[in-house]
Amino acid sequence: MNVERVLIVAALFAGLAGGYLLARPRLRGRRSERPQAIHQILLPFTGTAISRRAVDAALRLARAEDATLMPAYLATVPKRLPLDCAIPAEAAKAMSMLEAIEQRATAQGVSVDSRIERGRSSRHALARLLARETFDRVVVPAAAGAGAELSGDDLAWLLEKAPAEVLILRPGPEDRRLVTSEPASSGVPG
Amino acid sequence: MAGRLKVFIGMAAGVGKTYRMLQEGHIAQDAGRDVAIGYMEPHRRPETSALAEGLEEVPRRRLTYRGTDLEEMDLPALLARAPALALIDELAHTNAPGAEHGKRYEDVRDVLAAGIDVFSTVNVQHLESLNDQVTELTGTRVRETIPDAVLGEADEVVLIDLTPEALIERLRAGKVYPGENIEAALRNFFTVENLLALREVALRQVAQEVEAKRLVIEEPLGTREERVAAGVSKAVGERLLALVRPQPSSQRLVRRAWRSAQRLGTDLDLLWVKPPNQLIEGEVERQVIALRHLASVLGATFLIEESDSLVDGAAQVVRDRGTTYIMVGESLPPRGLARLREPLPQRLMRATPPGVDVRIVAHRGGNDGGSK
Repeated sequence: MNVERVLIVAALFAGLAGGYLLARPRLRGRRSERPQAIHQILLPFTGTAISRRAVDAALRLARAEDATLMPAYLATVPKRLPLDCAIPAEAAKAMSMLEAIEQRATAQGVSVDSRIERGRSSRHALARLLARETFDRVVVPAAAGAGAELSGDDLAWLLEKAPAEVLILRPGPEDRRLVTSEPASSGVPG
Repeated sequence: MAGRLKVFIGMAAGVGKTYRMLQEGHIAQDAGRDVAIGYMEPHRRPETSALAEGLEEVPRRRLTYRGTDLEEMDLPALLARAPALALIDELAHTNAPGAEHGKRYEDVRDVLAAGIDVFSTVNVQHLESLNDQVTELTGTRVRETIPDAVLGEADEVVLIDLTPEALIERLRAGKVYPGENIEAALRNFFTVENLLALREVALRQVAQEVEAKRLVIEEPLGTREERVAAGVSKAVGERLLALVRPQPSSQRLVRRAWRSAQRLGTDLDLLWVKPPNQLIEGEVERQVIALRHLASVLGATFLIEESDSLVDGAAQVVRDRGTTYIMVGESLPPRGLARLREPLPQRLMRATPPGVDVRIVAHRGGNDGGSK
C-alpha cells in the first residue's frame, strides 16, 4: 500500500515537474512580451569633455532607479550643409566620448543607449532629441566655464521645455574632473 | 559573344554625358563602325540635338498608359536593326508599362546579350547604394535607381567631370534647363555645396570601380591578404557590413565598424536580418529608428533584410553589396541544443563568397545580451 502511495506521489511530482519544464519557455516568452515602462535618463553634452560629477550623478540615479542612461552628443551642423547630412568629424568626437561614458556605465552595471543628435545649434539638437525620445529625467551640468557646456539660456530653455524632470548640477570645484576621450595619463585633471 | 558596355557617369544633369556619348559615337562611326542611337534624351538642349545629326536613330515607339502617350526605346526594333554599337541614354530610366522590361538597364542587358556594344549614361545619384547618401547631401531624392551591380558589369566607366562653378555657369547660360527652370534649379539642387559633395561622391565611385576591376585582374597573383601584406594594393575596394539588431548593444558594434571603415576609407553597411514574423513596433521600432538615425549621422547605409536565417539573409546582402568584411557582435553562450550548432562566424564564412573576412566585436556586457 505504502509503495503504491509513494509511486502515486512520485508520478504526480514527475508530472508537475514535466509540465513546468514544458511551460517554462512559453512563460518566459510571455514575460518578455510584456510592455516595459521606459525609464531613461538623458545626459546631453557637447564638445570633447563632460564634467565627471554630472556623469557620476546620472549613473547613480540610473543605478538607483534601474534606468537606462542615454548619453547624447549634441552635434552642430553648419548652415551651409543640409541638416541631415553625414557628419564624420563630429561623429568621431562623439564616438570617443560615448565610448568613455559607456565604459564608466558598464563598470557600474548601468545600461546605456547612446545617441548623436544633429542641429543648427546645441539647443536645436536638444529640441530635436526631446521631440524624438522619451525621458524621465535630464541631467545636465551648469556652465562652469569650460566652454563645452550648454549655456545659461539653454538651461533656462530646457527647464521650460523638457517634458521631464531636469536636474541641473551646480558648478563645484570637482567639476575640473572631466570624463574625456583622452587617456587619464594625458594630463587630464582628475 | 556579348557586347561591351561603356557608361558615362556624372555628378548631375548637365555635365555633358550625353554630349560625350554622341561625340564618341561619331568617332566610332567615322572609324567605320555601324552605330545607331537606340534612345537619346535631348532635354531640349540644342547643342546636344545638333550633335545627334549624322547618327541614325532607331525610331521610338509610343506606348499608351492611362490615356497618355509615352515615347520609349523600341527594343525589338533595335535588336532587329542590330548595329555594332548602340547609344542608349539614361540607364536608370523606368520604362512605361507595356515595355519588355521595367527598367532601361534591363533593355541594355538584352542588347548586350545580342552581341551589340552599348554606350550609356547615368548620374551618380541613381546608383542604389548612393541614393540615401546623395539624398542626405542634397536634400533631393531621386526615384529612378539602378543596382550598383549594373555599373559593375560595365567594361568601361568614364567620369564626365566638371567643376561646380562651370556647371552653374552652364546652367545660367541656359545650356542645361530651359529658361523658366533655371532659377528654381539654382535655388534647390545646383548649389556649390551640393555639387561639391556630389562631385566627391562621383570621383570616389569611379575610383572604387577602377580599383575593383584592378583587384579582379590581379586576383591570380595572390590572395587579398598576401597582396595587402606585401603592400601591393591598398584596401580601396573593401566594403564593410556590420550585423546589428535593434537593441542598444548594437551601438557599440556600429561604432567599432565605423572606425574600421574610416581607417580603410571605405563604405559601411548596417544590416538587420529581420525574422519574417517580427513586427517593427514598440521598443523594436524605437531602436530601428535609432539605428537608422545613427547610420545617417555616420554616412552609413542601414539595411533590413527579411529572412528566417541570419546567415542566409546576411550572405545574400554580402553578395548583393560586394561586401568584403563582416563585423558581428559577440554571441551569448549557447544553451541547450544550440551548443551543437556551428558558431555564427564559421557559418557566415561558409555561406559567403571566398575571401570575405569575419570579425567579432567583444560585448561589453551589462546591457541587453549579445548581438547574435
